[in-house]
Amino acid sequence: MSDLNSAMTERYHNSFLREVEANVEEGEWVKMCMQCGVCAGSCPLGNAWEHTPQKLFMMIRAGKREAVLSSDSMWMCTSCYNCIARCPRGLPITHIMHGLAHYAKRLGLAPKNQPTAQFSQIFWDNLMKKGRVNELKLGLSVYFKDGFGQGIKNALANKQLGQNMMKAKRMNAMEFFGGHSIKDTSGLQKMIKKAQEIEDAKIQGNS
Amino acid sequence: MAKKEVSYYPGCSSQTGASSSNMMRATQTMCDELDIQLNEIPDWNCCGASIGYGSGGELPRLTLSARNIALSEQHNPGQEIVATCAACWLSTREAKERLHEDANMFRDANTALNEINLKLNNQTPVRHMVEVLVEDIGFEAIKAKIKKPLQGLKIASYVGCQTNRPFGIAEESFENPVYLDHLIESVGADSIPTYEKKVQCCGGALAFSEPEKSQEMIHGIIEAAYDHGADLIATPCPLCQANVEIYQDQINARFGSKFNMPVVYYSQLMSVAFGRNSKDSALDGQIIRAKSLEDIAGK
Ligand code: SF4
Ligand code: SF4
Ligand code: SF4
Ligand code: SF4
Repeated sequence: MSDLNSAMTERYHNSFLREVEANVEEGEWVKMCMQCGVCAGSCPLGNAWEHTPQKLFMMIRAGKREAVLSSDSMWMCTSCYNCIARCPRGLPITHIMHGLAHYAKRLGLAPKNQPTAQFSQIFWDNLMKKGRVNELKLGLSVYFKDGFGQGIKNALANKQLGQNMMKAKRMNAMEFFGGHSIKDTSGLQKMIKKAQEIEDAKIQGNS
Repeated sequence: MAKKEVSYYPGCSSQTGASSSNMMRATQTMCDELDIQLNEIPDWNCCGASIGYGSGGELPRLTLSARNIALSEQHNPGQEIVATCAACWLSTREAKERLHEDANMFRDANTALNEINLKLNNQTPVRHMVEVLVEDIGFEAIKAKIKKPLQGLKIASYVGCQTNRPFGIAEESFENPVYLDHLIESVGADSIPTYEKKVQCCGGALAFSEPEKSQEMIHGIIEAAYDHGADLIATPCPLCQANVEIYQDQINARFGSKFNMPVVYYSQLMSVAFGRNSKDSALDGQIIRAKSLEDIAGK
């Protein structure tokens, strides 16, 4: 168990709802859910979700901490905003799903091999290097995330796609060497580091 | 028409050699014709897209967009920020609103910005290009510019998610927005008012991380267009465009379909209808060629 996770368990031992309200993005909205079920039918990949948003909100109130934070459901959120457009109580459901996923990851409870969880990390690391996303390296990192052998297989399976994109000048092999960048990368990194420190301190302070 | 100047946020995928560089070219052409001047935000950074949440966290993510807004306020004062990428628009507008509602978050974002001597006032509207077209320019003015109507073309309007939800275009419904149909009709083509996949999600970033699940949805989006006899699919969103166009080979292999459906941007339709050539309209950026548009552009 990560230190932060045990500290949080200790601090909020009686109320997972309070823990979510204090630490999860838009978590203070969870108690407003009236369990109508509209959101449960809204997720495009809903068939693959073990726990719909409605269910997750119920589980939070029931104190099912482990089950919620280790669920892979919220990682399959496509950010389609169907739920927000429809929820009669106005819950910012998309952001709560993102917030739960992020908090689970912070505590080390997110499922390890969930592909979108891995992708979101790769994406963030990619953009932090140059301040802009390098699509070529992003693609390669995803293909190679499960090791070299699998990477070659994935790259070959998508070879035609890559060639098509290059022919249409919508992918550039030269991006591998350097590529697009903002000018002030070090400033951007400094700024984000500061933002992370502030956010970490807020959550540590809560623990 | 007087020249309109906007502070333009192109986004990563619009850069030269990136996946929606074709959209960038057609946007530039469309704006030249409509007398809209795009003043790029100097040294803009990636907004983190929707998928940035996993590692990013709330404040770092909001701060990314805060930097862009602050740069815009500093260098392009008094100009509205306009984005063409749905996710860029959404992230930036969401950040603006969240920082407006939450005074602590606003203070914290400014503390982070202060590291690089930037300051966010947060007084700048954040708009989508489509809002500029619909609300400021207007369908009538667009019609008046048409030199080559796209007569006889049947075009399915695929609006997708994030251009439509949660903010959407003023006075449009979430379940059936009609501005793209109106744009299609304004350039002289036929829209398909009953196209039922108009706001169906394509999977977004998950088309990359969960291809099997996403391609099933994309399959449905294209199949419905064929069912209605569409010649083309048109969309405002760069990720929608890429997702629906570039995986058609893989989808055909997976589902035994024979799809070969061109997917274009509204800005490409307008560029062609305004009389510009294939190159200015970025038709050479198609993976699946839009022959019917090339023919009109070549006339
Ligand atoms: S739609 Fe809103 S109120 Fe209904 S179950 Fe979902 S979150 Fe709760
Ligand atoms: S935004 Fe996420 S939670 Fe909401 S309906 Fe879409 S997939 Fe489901
Ligand atoms: S949403 Fe896409 S294009 Fe826009 S800045 Fe982010 S990664 Fe770049
Ligand atoms: S349709 Fe797809 S790409 Fe377009 S906004 Fe929705 S999720 Fe994003």
